[in-house]
Amino acid sequence: MTTSLDVVLWVVIPYVCLVVFIGGHVWRYTYDKFGWTTRSSQLYESRLLRWGSPLFHFGILAVFAGHVIGLAIPKSWTDAVGISETAYHVVAVGTGLLAGLATLVGMTLLIYRRRTTGPVFSATTRMDKAMYLLLATVIMLGLWNTVGSSLLSLSGEYNYREGVSLWFRGIFTFQLHPELMAAAPLSFQAHGMAAMAIFALWPFTRLVHVFSAPLFYLWRPYVVYRAKSDRFGARAARPGWDRSEQTRR
Amino acid sequence: MRVMAQMSMVLNLDKCIGCHTCSVTCKQAWTNRSGTEYVWFNNVETRPGQGYPRTYEDQERWQGGWTLNKRGRLQLKAGSRLKNLATIFSSPKMPSIQDYYEPWTYDYEILTTAPLQQHTPVARPKSLISGKDMKITWSANWDDDLGGSEHLSADPVLAKVSDKVKLAYEQTFMFYLPRICEHCLNPACAASCPSGAIYKRAEDGIVLVDQDKCRGWRKCVTGCPYKKVYFNHKTGKAEKCTFCFPRVEVGLPTVCAETCVGRLRYIGLMLYDADAVLEAASVATDHELLESQRGVFLDPFDPSVIREAERAGIPRDWIDAAQRSPVWALINTYKVALPLHPEYRTMPMVWYIPPLSPVVDVVQETGEDAEAAGNLFAAIDTLRIPVEYLAELFTSGDTAPVTAVLKKLAAMRSYMRDINMGRDGDPSIPAAVGMTTHEMEAMFRLLAIAKYDERYVIPSAHAEQAHNLEELATECSLDYEGGPGMGGSGPFGEGSGTGTPLAVESFRTLKERQTSDTATDLNEPGARVNLLNWDGRGTPPGLFPGPGDPPDHSESDRGTPDRGTPDSGAHGTEPKP
Repeated sequence: MTTSLDVVLWVVIPYVCLVVFIGGHVWRYTYDKFGWTTRSSQLYESRLLRWGSPLFHFGILAVFAGHVIGLAIPKSWTDAVGISETAYHVVAVGTGLLAGLATLVGMTLLIYRRRTTGPVFSATTRMDKAMYLLLATVIMLGLWNTVGSSLLSLSGEYNYREGVSLWFRGIFTFQLHPELMAAAPLSFQAHGMAAMAIFALWPFTRLVHVFSAPLFYLWRPYVVYRAKSDRFGARAARPGWDRSEQTRR
Repeated sequence: MRVMAQMSMVLNLDKCIGCHTCSVTCKQAWTNRSGTEYVWFNNVETRPGQGYPRTYEDQERWQGGWTLNKRGRLQLKAGSRLKNLATIFSSPKMPSIQDYYEPWTYDYEILTTAPLQQHTPVARPKSLISGKDMKITWSANWDDDLGGSEHLSADPVLAKVSDKVKLAYEQTFMFYLPRICEHCLNPACAASCPSGAIYKRAEDGIVLVDQDKCRGWRKCVTGCPYKKVYFNHKTGKAEKCTFCFPRVEVGLPTVCAETCVGRLRYIGLMLYDADAVLEAASVATDHELLESQRGVFLDPFDPSVIREAERAGIPRDWIDAAQRSPVWALINTYKVALPLHPEYRTMPMVWYIPPLSPVVDVVQETGEDAEAAGNLFAAIDTLRIPVEYLAELFTSGDTAPVTAVLKKLAAMRSYMRDINMGRDGDPSIPAAVGMTTHEMEAMFRLLAIAKYDERYVIPSAHAEQAHNLEELATECSLDYEGGPGMGGSGPFGEGSGTGTPLAVESFRTLKERQTSDTATDLNEPGARVNLLNWDGRGTPPGLFPGPGDPPDHSESDRGTPDRGTPDSGAHGTEPKP
């Protein structure tokens, strides 16, 4: 039984957040390339950052990978490869717990540092504070889902791969299942809702730096040359400003 | 052969009096902004000394520049690309603000607002980082002129020669080292940048940071062994010396060179073979680096070089400029200029003529004739301390090239003294350093009396390239990112959002604004109040323009006789969009 509230919560809001997420990034990239940065505060303080930042970032990368596996890969696929439910559960909870704890410890260090180091705190914008609050909520709810629900089974047995994951994939395949989320435990619902809020906020915060992950660095030549003209073939002339045939070499 | 042109500089250290005029004018022009308070694109260091940031030359600590890996191939000293990426979340070898210095201002207001009291009020120093009261303990030139103080023991260059150096007062020596970005042929900052935001301009070799592409990963700060890329802590972007490219493009020297009191800076082009750079930077031993870098430069008089340069699209007047380049003369013809720290293998392009003055001073103190060639030659050979120190700076420790340069300078001093005293020049003096009398006199002219256009041979950027130069008003003036009305600071922290390109405020509008009597130019939608003309009383129309406010002519007071009535005045005759 799906109520209209369920539809608003688990169909309308997800799509609104998705549109804001994508459109916001396009808008931000078009109009604010200069503001697109990590806004590092390492110059002010590096002792705590040295531990907190890698812990948080590597942790959250692992958490992201876990979410990809948990949400995007259907249960039938892992069943087909012969991974038993128990094995999957043990690996997922084990690595999830490790990654989640690393993220939480890192984030605690970073927030403590941000609050107590004067210059870092004064460089913190209101947007940063809202983002930290949401991010902390999402991470703690997620960790609770791993510890409380999956490990200790406080709210009964709940297999998110037959609930949340189907709903999540349905958003992208237009097979909508609001009833699955409506039936999920409260902590899963809250985690999903907070996550959607942060996705909507994402393009307007420093989180945009995630999309600048410079993997291209591994392949590009060490020294980048740029030409004002097309002399070295570094950049083509702009439309309408090509050289005439006779002078072109 | 791939010929490229490089805008480069030579500094004659014998003439530097350490007045810091270059630093101050550079700061006023480029880094007089929030977030760059601690940044000096140009700084002057007293040598021996720790430098700015402190001990930046200790590459075992800061891991800047390049090194040869086990297979003998060139690699960033900070590590491989993978390691560079893996340490991206907390750049491990980045100097903290304390290694530069904590910038400050003074609480000047207290001087006028303090109540009547027995003692004169004092403006206390306030940190520009934390905003709190602070105790000033260090700055960019804190050890200025302290040629023999305890600060010296931390000088990494001195540490390499220190077992022979006694810091006794009689044995101290001191000179000044002005530094800007080296605009290297093999820039380690650009190679470290994960975003590819730092680039070398193909036309003139100037190394710049694309502010729109920089994502603030801070790897360039580690990569640059000269620590000449700085992190703007307000905008979160890297910034560096621009070689004053807007001036150089129109044929003007950089601000630091233009304002140099001692006229010790020379600017000119060098032609080089871009294909040979990597090999030259990868030679096995550090001592070979000076010669290998000289080998990369191309003779602008060589017909085959000229042919290749033309084929590479270098304009003829640039080749002419390369032939007249004082930098080419000092580096190659007279061989008196040396690179700063070639052992970093970045192929730096700001070179230095090492100072003879420490040697002259010592000879003078003994009471001997400090301008006699024989005395100076002997002193250069016996005075190991200044020579070895200079060698650590300019030739990675090889004293032979430094000695050769100093002897040329000593010979010039001695030979020209005879001529200035009305005697005949002694041709044996130039001959002793392998020069003819004619060459010696030409070198003297370049070093001592060269005029503005001889010191700065800067071909301007080409008009046919003008359209591609940044911010020229050859397109629709509203056709820029964000379009009309997108200026100002955005909501994502300081400096976000696009600024109004310079060219949008054209020469005409600037003149209009500066000469108008009204505070507001009401004829344009979204018009701004010129605060320079606003007397601070009341709110003239347009001070807070609402969205879509129609221009209001009736309230404007533009009753100046030469401008006519509001409707038929200068505004009325201009085409409207």
